Amino acid sequence: MKKLLLIAMAVLLVLAGCSKESKTIKLGVAGAHSGDLASYGIPSVHAAELVVEMYNANGGAAGKKIELVVEDDQCKPEIATNTASKLVGAEVVAVMGHICSGATKAALGIYKDSKIPTISPSATNPPLTQSGDYPNFFRTIAPDDAQANLAVDFIIKSLNLKKVAILHDKGDYGKGFAELCKAAAEANGVEVVLFEGVNPGAPDYSAVVNKIGNSGAAGVVWGGYHPEASKLVQQMKDKGMNIPFVSDDGVKDDTFIEVAGKYAEGVYATGPIDTSSNPMAIKAIADHKAKYGDEPGAFFLNAYAATVAVLNAIEKSGKTDYDSITNALRSEYVETPLGKISFDSRGDAIGIGFSVYQVQNGKYVVVNQ
Amino acid sequence: MDYFLKLLLSGTAKGSIYALIALGYTMVYGIIKLINFAHGEIYMIGAFVALLVGGTLQSAGVNPAVILVVSTLAAVFFAAAYGLTMEKIAYKPLRTAPRLSVLISAIGMSMFLQNLVLLSQTEKYLSFPSFLPEFLFLKPIRGYINSTQFIILIITSIVMVLLTLLIKFTLIGKAMRATSQDREMAQLVGININSVITVTFIIGSATAAIGGILICSYMGQINYYIGFIAGIKAFVAAVLGGIGSIPGAVLGSFVLGWTESLGTGYISSDYEDSFAFIILILILTVKPSGILGRKENQKV
Repeated sequence: MKKLLLIAMAVLLVLAGCSKESKTIKLGVAGAHSGDLASYGIPSVHAAELVVEMYNANGGAAGKKIELVVEDDQCKPEIATNTASKLVGAEVVAVMGHICSGATKAALGIYKDSKIPTISPSATNPPLTQSGDYPNFFRTIAPDDAQANLAVDFIIKSLNLKKVAILHDKGDYGKGFAELCKAAAEANGVEVVLFEGVNPGAPDYSAVVNKIGNSGAAGVVWGGYHPEASKLVQQMKDKGMNIPFVSDDGVKDDTFIEVAGKYAEGVYATGPIDTSSNPMAIKAIADHKAKYGDEPGAFFLNAYAATVAVLNAIEKSGKTDYDSITNALRSEYVETPLGKISFDSRGDAIGIGFSVYQVQNGKYVVVNQ
Repeated sequence: MDYFLKLLLSGTAKGSIYALIALGYTMVYGIIKLINFAHGEIYMIGAFVALLVGGTLQSAGVNPAVILVVSTLAAVFFAAAYGLTMEKIAYKPLRTAPRLSVLISAIGMSMFLQNLVLLSQTEKYLSFPSFLPEFLFLKPIRGYINSTQFIILIITSIVMVLLTLLIKFTLIGKAMRATSQDREMAQLVGININSVITVTFIIGSATAAIGGILICSYMGQINYYIGFIAGIKAFVAAVLGGIGSIPGAVLGSFVLGWTESLGTGYISSDYEDSFAFIILILILTVKPSGILGRKENQKV
C-alpha cells in the first residue's frame, strides 16, 4: 500500500513537472492567509480566484491558461522572505500581494532581484513607492499620505490659499493627517501659520478660534473626526469667520452634516472615491456571494483590481517577461471595480484613492473632478 | 489688546460653562462631604431628556418659548428623579461607611449611568437643537461673545446668587449648614438629615439639568460621554475655588477658563490641560483648601 502511494506520488510529481513546461501562466498570490490578520488576506485569494476563473473561461491571458500559486506569509516580514523565495522557485510571472506593508517590504527585494512584478492590494506605507527603491512594485490602494497630498493640492490649486492654520485632535489618525498636510503645505510654499492640537470632547473651542482669527490664516485644515469639527465650524461662523474649512474622511460622514446642520454648508472633506455604483464592483461582490456564500472582506475590490491589472497587462503585451508586464501596467488603462486605472512611474495607481467633497445643500458633493 | 480681550471673554464664557456644572458639584460636597462623580452624568441625562422632549415638541411645531419651558421642566424633573434615586441606592446605605467607600460607589454610579444611556439610547453623536432664543449682537460685540454664551453667563450668575441666598437665608439652608457642620448634632437638635440630603441632591441635580440644556445648546451636539469630560473639568474648577464654597466654584471656574483660554491663545492649545493642572497645583500649594475654601482637617 505504501509503495503504491509512493508510486502515485511520483507519478503526480512527474505530471506536475510536466505541467511546468506546459502552457500555463503562473500568478503568485501572497499575504496573510492564517494567523491574526488572515481576515485581511483571505479576501485577496478569493478575488484572485474569481478573476482567474473569469479569464480562464475566456481562454486565459495571451493565449495561455492561468494558474494561481498561493503562499501564506502571516503578515510577518521574516516569513514573507521565505514566501517570496518559494514563489520565485515556483517560477511565477508576477505576484499579487503582499498584504501588510512590513511583509511587502521584506519580500520586495527578493522579487526585485528575480525581476518579478509585484502588485499589492493593501500595502499603504508611502515609501514603498516613493523611495524609488522598488521599480517592480505597484499597488491598487492609495498610500497613507494620498489624502493629505490631495487636500493640500486642493487648497493650493482650487482655493488659492497662501496661509493656513492646521489643527488636529492629538489622536493617531488626526495628528498623522495634520502632520502630512503640514509637510505637504510647506513643501509647496504654503505658510502654516498655526499648527496645534485641541482637546477632543471639550465643550468650547472659542479660544483656539480666536487664535485662528489672530493668525491671519486664510483657511483651516482639520485632522480628526466630526464631533470636534462641527463645534469648530459652528464657533468659527459665530465669530463671523467665513474662511474655508478643509478636513479628512473622519469628517466625510453624513453624521457631520446631521450634527453641524446649517454650519456644515461649504465645508470641504476628502474621502475615498465612491465605488458602490461601479458595475464591475457590483458583479464582483455578487460573484463572491455566489461562490463563497458571504460578503467579501477587506481589500477584496483592491485585490480584484490588482489581479485584473496584471492579467490585462499580460494580455495586452502578449508576453510574460518583466519589462513587458511593467511597461503595460504603466501605459495601459484598465477597467477595474475601483474605476479606470493605470499606474504612474513610481507604481501608485492613477484614478484610485480620494476625492474632495463639499457640503452643498446638506449633501456631500464631489468638487475636484 | 483686542486679542487679549477676545481671549479673556472666551475664557469667561468657558468658565461659566464649567461653573454651571461645578455649582451642583460643590453644593453636594459642601453639605454631605461627598464627591459626587456621577454629577456629570446627571447633567448628560438632563440634556438627553430635554432633547427627547424638545425634539418631539419641535417636530410638532410648538412655540419655541413653550418648548424651552416644557423641556427644561422635564429635564429638571427627570434629573432630580435620577439624583434622588441615585442617592437612595448608591449613597444612603453607605452613610456610616468610610468616605472612600462612598467615593467608589459614586464612580461606579457614574459608569453605570454612562452605559445605561449608551445602551438605551445611542452611541452616536446627535445634533442638539438650540432651545435658546438666538440674537445677533451688533458688530463690535459680535466677534467677542455670542448670544448663547451670554445667556449661559447670565444664568450661571443667577444660579449662583439663588443658591447662596438659599443656603444663607432660608430654613432649609440653615438645616443644610447644620448638617454640614455636624451631622449627629444636627440630628440631636431635631433636623431630619435624610430629608436635608434628599433636598440637596434634588437641587444639585436640577442645576446640572439646566447646565445640560444650556451647554448642549451651545455645543450643538450630545453624546453619552459628554458628562464625564465636563464633570472632570468642573471638579477641577470646584477644587480650585475651594470645594464646598458656592462663590468659590464660580471663581474657580473662571480662573480655569481664563487660564485655558490665555494659555491656548499665547502659548499652545496642545497644553491646555497642562495649564489647568499647573494652576491647580500652584493654588493648592499656596492655599490647600482652594481660593475661597475653609480650612478643614479631613480631605478625600
